[in-house]
Amino acid sequence: MINKEFFLKGYKSILKHDSPAIALGCCFIAIGALLKNLGFNIQESVFSTMLTYALPGSLVMAESLLVGASLLNIFLAVWFVNARLYPMAVSLFPLMMHESQPKWKYYFSCHFIAVSAWLIMKSNYKSIPKEQRIDYWIGIGTATWSIAVIGTFIGFFSSEYLNKDLMMGLAILNPIYFLCMMVGASKTIQVSLSVILGLVLGPIFYFLTPEWSILLGGLVGGSIAYLIGELNVS
Amino acid sequence: MSANIVYAILVTSLATFLSRFLGAVSSEGIKETSKLFKWFNCLAYATLAALIARTIIFPVGVLIDASYLSRLAVVILSLIVFFISKKNYVYPTIFSAVSMAILSNYF
Repeated sequence: MINKEFFLKGYKSILKHDSPAIALGCCFIAIGALLKNLGFNIQESVFSTMLTYALPGSLVMAESLLVGASLLNIFLAVWFVNARLYPMAVSLFPLMMHESQPKWKYYFSCHFIAVSAWLIMKSNYKSIPKEQRIDYWIGIGTATWSIAVIGTFIGFFSSEYLNKDLMMGLAILNPIYFLCMMVGASKTIQVSLSVILGLVLGPIFYFLTPEWSILLGGLVGGSIAYLIGELNVS
Repeated sequence: MSANIVYAILVTSLATFLSRFLGAVSSEGIKETSKLFKWFNCLAYATLAALIARTIIFPVGVLIDASYLSRLAVVILSLIVFFISKKNYVYPTIFSAVSMAILSNYF
């Protein structure tokens, strides 16, 4: 089954000094308050975070519900904004694949792919033996997922005390935290260029096609960064 | 629970899980030393960066009411705090929330 030692090691990674726990928790406090204001009850709010566990997707769902969008529109809007999870999975799972581990662990734990858990795993995987990385990852994922659920719970019940200024503060916290983590992770030419080009091209493509801007920004920016990095090596 | 909300939650989680699951399945044949893996790594970082830029420049939700100037100021100041604090992730994050809440009152 799951190796307890490495699971706990992964779980405890959120207790480190540079842990995403505070940022992640605050973001989901904002989501909990937002969902309550939209008319969700506590079960629906917590259920939403447990099943989706992706902040931009939850925001898009909330916005779509506000304007009365159809279920198909919600599906497409969420799929567009969360399609980033595909390259994130493909750039993470090969680092954890080991023939001695059962496949269900990979299929089950893919639910934990989210920016915070992904960035923690990316910066720590080298210190974990390859065979145990999946258990370590499940530990990280369980920890960040729990924080998201607890944050939603707190946000739901404290929504009356959160005025607009506080909500703005909570809303900016998430992109700033991710931005800092990305800048911190920019240690190679390819990653640094990917981050810079993604930051520049994402908004540019937004003017051409808002729905596709994230995917196009990522595809074009990432491909250019990859090619430049490969040329630089050779 | 109202049916509309439950359906919306289920559709949202399905749309989200789809990308995660397909990513996990298609990872099986990819070696971490391969060029394909490196390319996907670049795509992942660039896509995340594009998402962050979009969240700040073209936000949805309450941030839409904050001016461009205040959002830009918070981003620049938070990055300065990040580098001053020797790349600590917590200080700039907390700083961003506090400064955004204060700035949104004035701009």
